[in-house]
Amino acid sequence: MERNLTFIALFAALIAVLGLLPKLTLGFGVPITAQSLGVMLAGTVLGAKRGFLAALLFVGLAIVGLPILAGGRNGLEAIQSPSVGFFLGFPIAAFVTGLVVERAKDMNIMIVGVIGSIIGGVVVLYILGVLGLAWKLEKTFAEALLLVTAFIPGDAVKALLAGIATQAIYKARPNAVMSRT
Amino acid sequence: MLSLTLPVISWAHRIPAWIKLAFLVVISFAMFPVRDITILLSIVGIVSSLYLTLGAMACAQGLKMLKPLAWMMAILLIYHVLTGQTGEGVRITLKMFALVGLANFVTMTTRLDDMIGVVMVLLSPLKMLGINTRSIALAFAMVIRFTPVLFQKSSDIAMSWRARSPKRVGWRVVLPLCFVAIDDAEHISEALRARGGVTSHH
Repeated sequence: MERNLTFIALFAALIAVLGLLPKLTLGFGVPITAQSLGVMLAGTVLGAKRGFLAALLFVGLAIVGLPILAGGRNGLEAIQSPSVGFFLGFPIAAFVTGLVVERAKDMNIMIVGVIGSIIGGVVVLYILGVLGLAWKLEKTFAEALLLVTAFIPGDAVKALLAGIATQAIYKARPNAVMSRT
Repeated sequence: MLSLTLPVISWAHRIPAWIKLAFLVVISFAMFPVRDITILLSIVGIVSSLYLTLGAMACAQGLKMLKPLAWMMAILLIYHVLTGQTGEGVRITLKMFALVGLANFVTMTTRLDDMIGVVMVLLSPLKMLGINTRSIALAFAMVIRFTPVLFQKSSDIAMSWRARSPKRVGWRVVLPLCFVAIDDAEHISEALRARGGVTSHH
C-alpha cells in the first residue's frame, strides 16, 4: 500500500521534472521535451494501473495550479488550450503502455518497453491529442494531425529511450519494475 | 518555485475557489458557439481589463504565461492566412486567448490550498466506494514536496556530467534521475510504514 503510493507519487514528480528539463532540439529545428518520456516510463515501469494513477496525479497537480507542464504551463491553461487532448491523454497513454508491457511478460523487456511506449505514448496519445486539437481549433482530424506531424519523430525517439531505460532499471532495480512482478 | 499564485491579495483572491472554477467551466462552454468577432474582441478586452485591475505585476506574469500559446497561435494564424481563411484564424485565435487568459487568471488568483480543497470536495464521493481519499491528499502533498527535490537532483546530475564531459548533457540525466525517484520512493514507503502507514488514523 505505502509502496504503491510512494511509487505513484514519485513517478508523478518524475513526469513533472522531465518536463522542466531544458528542451532538446531535433535536427530539423523541432523542440521536444522529455515530459511524455516520463509518461511512457510510468507505464513501462509501474504497469497499467499504477502508471495510470501516476499520470493522473500529475494531471491533477497541474490542474490545481502547479507550473509542472513543459514550458512552465499549468493544467487549467492546458485544458483551455489546443493541447488539451495531449494533456488529459497522459493517464490513458500510461495505462495502455503499461498494459502492453504487462501482457507480454516473456518478451525482452527493452523490446516490449519500446513497443508499449509506441502504442501507448505515441499512437494512443496522438489520437487523443489530435482529437483535442481538431475540437479546439475546429479543424478536421487530418488537418489537426498535420499540425503535429513534425513532433512524431521526437516522440518515436522517446519511445526508444523509454525501452532502453526500462531495461536498465530492470537490471539494477528489478523489484521496482512492477509491470513485471 | 512551485507556485503561480500571485503573492499579493486582490479582490479576485477573495472570491472562493469553487466559484472561480465553476465560472471558468460555464464560460468555456458558453463561448463555444460564439462566432462573432466583435463579441470575441470584447471578451478579450474584458479579460485584459481583469488583469489590469490586479496591477502591473499580474499583467507581466499573465503575458509571460501566454507565451507558449502565442507561438502555437502564430503558426496556426499563418496556416489560416495561407489557406485563405484569415477570418476563421482570427476568430479561433481570439477565442483561445480569451479562454487561456481566463484560466491563467484563475490560477494566478487562487491559492494552491484552496484549489486542493475544491479537488478534495469533488473526490469525497469516492469514500462511498471505499477509496481512501486521505491517501490521495498524501500523494498530492508528496508530489508537491518531491518535485523540487527531484528537480534539484536533476541539476546536480547535469552539473556532475558537465564536470566530466564537454558534451551536452541531454537525455543522459534521465536514467540516473529514474534511479533517484525509485530509491526515494522505496525509502519514503519504508518511512511511512515505520510511522504506522497510510491507513492508520493516529
